[in-house]
Amino acid sequence: MTVFIPRSLQEATDLIAEHPDAHLLTGGTDLMVEVNFNHRRPEKVISLGKIEELHQVTINDDHVIIGAAVPYAQMEKGELGESLPALAEAARTVGSPQIRAAGSLGGNLGTCSPAGDSLPVLSATNSLVHLTSAGGTRMVPFSEFMIGPKRNSRQPHEIITAVTVPRTCGWQGYAKVGTRNAMVISVASACVVFHDDELRIALGSVGPTIIRCTDTENWYQSLASKKSTGVSLEIGSRASQESRPIDDHRSTADYRRHAIKVLAQRLFERGMSK
Amino acid sequence: MVLTKTRQRDVLGHSALRPDGTAKVKGDFAFSSDLWAENMLWGATLRSPHPHARIVSIDLSKAWKVTGVEAIITASDVPGQLTYGLISEDQPVFAFDVVRYMGEPIAAVAADHPETCRRALAAIEITYEILPPLTDPEMSIGEQHIPIHPDGNLIREQRIVRGDITATGPIVVEGTYIIGMQDQAFLGTESALATPDHDGGGVEVYVATQWLHEDRKQMAKCLNMPEEKVRLTLGGVGGAFGAREDISLQVHTSLLALRTGRPVKMQYGREESFFGHVHRHPAKVWMKHHATAEGEIVKIEARFLFDGGAYSSTSAAVLLNGITHTQGPYRCPNAIVEGFASRTNNPPCGAMRGFGVVQACFAHEGQMDKIAEAAGISPVAVRLLNAIRTGDTLITGQILESVAPVERCIRETDALPLPPPLPTDAHELLLPGGSGLTADRRHIVRGIGYGVSIKNIMYSEGFDDYSTARCILKDGVATIKFATSEVGQGFVTLAPQIARSVLGVDEVVTETIDTQIGSAGSTSASRQTWMSGGAMDGACRMVRERLFEHVAAIHKLDPLQLAIENTDVVDTRGHLRIPVSEASSGVRFEETFEYHHRPTEDLDENGQGNCHVAFAFVAHRAVVDVDPELGLVKVVQIATAQDVGRVLNPLSVLGQIEGGIAQGLGLAVMEEIIVQDGKVRNPSFTDYLLPTALDAPTVIASMIEEPDPQAPMGAKGVGEPPCISVTPAIVAAIRNAVGKSIDRCPVRPQDICL
Ligand SMILES: Cc1cc2nc3c(=O)[nH]c(=O)nc-3n(C[C@H](O)[C@H](O)[C@H](O)COP(=O)(O)OP(=O)(O)OC[C@H]3O[C@@H](n4cnc5c(N)ncnc54)[C@H](O)[C@@H]3O)c2cc1C
Repeated sequence: MTVFIPRSLQEATDLIAEHPDAHLLTGGTDLMVEVNFNHRRPEKVISLGKIEELHQVTINDDHVIIGAAVPYAQMEKGELGESLPALAEAARTVGSPQIRAAGSLGGNLGTCSPAGDSLPVLSATNSLVHLTSAGGTRMVPFSEFMIGPKRNSRQPHEIITAVTVPRTCGWQGYAKVGTRNAMVISVASACVVFHDDELRIALGSVGPTIIRCTDTENWYQSLASKKSTGVSLEIGSRASQESRPIDDHRSTADYRRHAIKVLAQRLFERGMSK
Repeated sequence: MVLTKTRQRDVLGHSALRPDGTAKVKGDFAFSSDLWAENMLWGATLRSPHPHARIVSIDLSKAWKVTGVEAIITASDVPGQLTYGLISEDQPVFAFDVVRYMGEPIAAVAADHPETCRRALAAIEITYEILPPLTDPEMSIGEQHIPIHPDGNLIREQRIVRGDITATGPIVVEGTYIIGMQDQAFLGTESALATPDHDGGGVEVYVATQWLHEDRKQMAKCLNMPEEKVRLTLGGVGGAFGAREDISLQVHTSLLALRTGRPVKMQYGREESFFGHVHRHPAKVWMKHHATAEGEIVKIEARFLFDGGAYSSTSAAVLLNGITHTQGPYRCPNAIVEGFASRTNNPPCGAMRGFGVVQACFAHEGQMDKIAEAAGISPVAVRLLNAIRTGDTLITGQILESVAPVERCIRETDALPLPPPLPTDAHELLLPGGSGLTADRRHIVRGIGYGVSIKNIMYSEGFDDYSTARCILKDGVATIKFATSEVGQGFVTLAPQIARSVLGVDEVVTETIDTQIGSAGSTSASRQTWMSGGAMDGACRMVRERLFEHVAAIHKLDPLQLAIENTDVVDTRGHLRIPVSEASSGVRFEETFEYHHRPTEDLDENGQGNCHVAFAFVAHRAVVDVDPELGLVKVVQIATAQDVGRVLNPLSVLGQIEGGIAQGLGLAVMEEIIVQDGKVRNPSFTDYLLPTALDAPTVIASMIEEPDPQAPMGAKGVGEPPCISVTPAIVAAIRNAVGKSIDRCPVRPQDICL
């Protein structure tokens, strides 16, 4: 196995152009598990951890740009955490401290599991994924980036370099159900974002991709009185109807639908009470 | 005047530290997976992907072409007996003609590198004729089903009939309880290093196991060698909990080493480990209790069905344990119980901490709460009312001779302080759902539940169980030897404590744990403190007698008047006081002692007989916070009072209590191997969930010391009880919090909220 350790983005994009069959490695918290379980036997690996550009964080008034290799530990708190509260909450639910010290958005997006914890947040915040190749950078809205379970629209010669997360005016939060109180893969999760009088809801682990509850969002938009009692209940049921969960070894479709109802309602109420 | 500094000696009763503790914490301890030998090869196992299939053909030709491969073996290469097993030898070393569970070994390879092994395994071509898997244990023992094994589908059937089986009472409560398949989930996966003798006539094996001599016996038969040609040494063990009682890679590794003439190391990965050992039996237990209007038990009817999986392992004994503990720690004059252990194409099940009693206890404790409710009394009151006492007769007709402080266990548990109520500003991580931030304080309700248990200790049904220990005293140093597997329980701490107490020495050298001495029996059934402790105590006492005779002869004293006081030999009439180091200077005393417990009997066809040696008791109280809408649980506190006989090492006992509680909590709310159509769906720590630090509750423990006259040092085994009644206590607390009947464990979120 050959491991390339580029020191600059330029070097990395050149390498990937030359070796489109190489596997990209950032924190390794997904990739190495796959290697250990013999699901992948990489012949070539390009390790992105030493590229300065991928570790950069830019906090602007209306958006934040997070380098693809920035570890979760950095998103949990501090200036970055405070500017993106839902992402901070999502980051805190990822694995254990060891995993959060290594795992990154680049890897979460690279894997693109419906259970990826950052993904509902990137969806609800209308984030943009930066994809860079030797030919330049293109920005893809998250909704177009994730196209299926563990499938995304990244081309083989592209590197995820950063994510632009728009900041919102209003409360935002993330919640995740798992059958253990920490370090657990999500059974169902939801991110709720209030932006001016707009409501956005994105769901994780209850469909082949992250699900944006556009019907629920539009229904809410059309409401004359957004604060009346019963709205939160209705939001829960509507979001639940938009989920498309399955039975698997982690849970059942029925429970997942139910959990989404509760999570969406609670997150909405949390937001309204703030 | 001479001032002596008082110093703590690591004698019995003190929290002596583990001799391997520092090394383990620092990562220096050599586990069996760290073994290495010059010129060593790696071994790996090919396993069946199907739960049930006929092997039509095995083609090794492509695998042989992989460079670096030194040996490939299958069933036809097993020189001795083709099958092995702890009770009945029904499990193939390698499957021949049929595979009966997913993960059953079919072939093994030895090669220069683990990656070469992997490639060779991938190149082995097997043609299967897939057969429908038999996965429902009820169907398995039903009339029509074709046996999936030559020995038939019924591993064991046993009933218990006691007293008046027509008796009844005004209260009748009934329930069917389901217990899921738990895994021992030790952290150190199976591993061994085998080195062949130069002449190929024997083999030396380092292995992580619970019982060196039993492994050796089974290995020798399969290897077709005399037992003395198979020499075993204990490799560093990273946990066991029953999963190392059956052999796994022992024969495979030895065969590869003998075949290649080189040392071979084998080590399972995490996923393979889930297929490499037996699990806790999933069970269905039906119970119907008849009681007086006041809540006193009149009669119990019960039916147990244990799913033994594809091979019998210890299923027969697990079944016996289950049914003989039907009544729990309560008086019961009349009973009719039937139990079955069946064979299916599910993963084989066998020993795990609690051994059949976990399943019984989950059911009888659910029943006790139902009686309490019907009688209009509290869960504590119903348990006190029925609490068994020394001298009572069990449903097997056996008189309970063990010290039985059941009432005290319950009262002391209940007297332990409750946790403060969940504060209105509780930290978010402390709420059910933890870091997932699923709930706010207002969504949470609290519940309290109780569980009490009785557990037999040592082996049962006429098994002449013994342990051997040797002690040498020379120049003030004791050198001790035993074959007792140290799997984390702490015998390596306790044995030197015994030597120090009995002989008055400070320096104790523990020799290698291997088969160069008689058997110590298994590190299971909460038996080593009693059995190997008894052996060590016996050997040390014999050496002490020799020392006293020697000192008495020199000083013209009566040896019967001599005693050990701290580190001195003293004459109780005051004529002599000399340090043990001086008294033993220049001499050498060596003694070996074999400790046997009192004999037990088989059960007759009505389940009557003195089948158990002794019993230990414990009570648990669980406080849980529940999010009823999402079905998520946080266990807040476990209070426990445990009957330990005598505390020989407080820290060790507390370690067993806290660890056992965490394992029982796992079974209560998260740990389950999910099997669908005979296939394991979650063979990884990503999906087989073990409690984390955030899931572990505060434990407040009280150790009840009423030394048992039958026990060599008054001390009962403490390993299993902590994990038994904590599970029903937690589930009872969940029921109490949400007001819903829940009759299965682990409790899944949907069991609470849907
Ligand atoms: C014990 C454990 C617990 C976990 N818990 C959680 C959890 O709670 N929630 C959760 O969401 N995830 C969890 N994970 C999964 C994992 O930690 C996350 O998905 C993490 O975000 C992956 O980031 P990484 O940098 O480690 O990715 P890597 O493993 O380095 O890469 C993952 C994938 O993305 C590709 N990739 C990496 N970087 C880039 C890039 N810059 N451009 C393009 N492709 C790239 C890789 O080729 C690979 O396919 C857990 C993992 C473990 C081992």
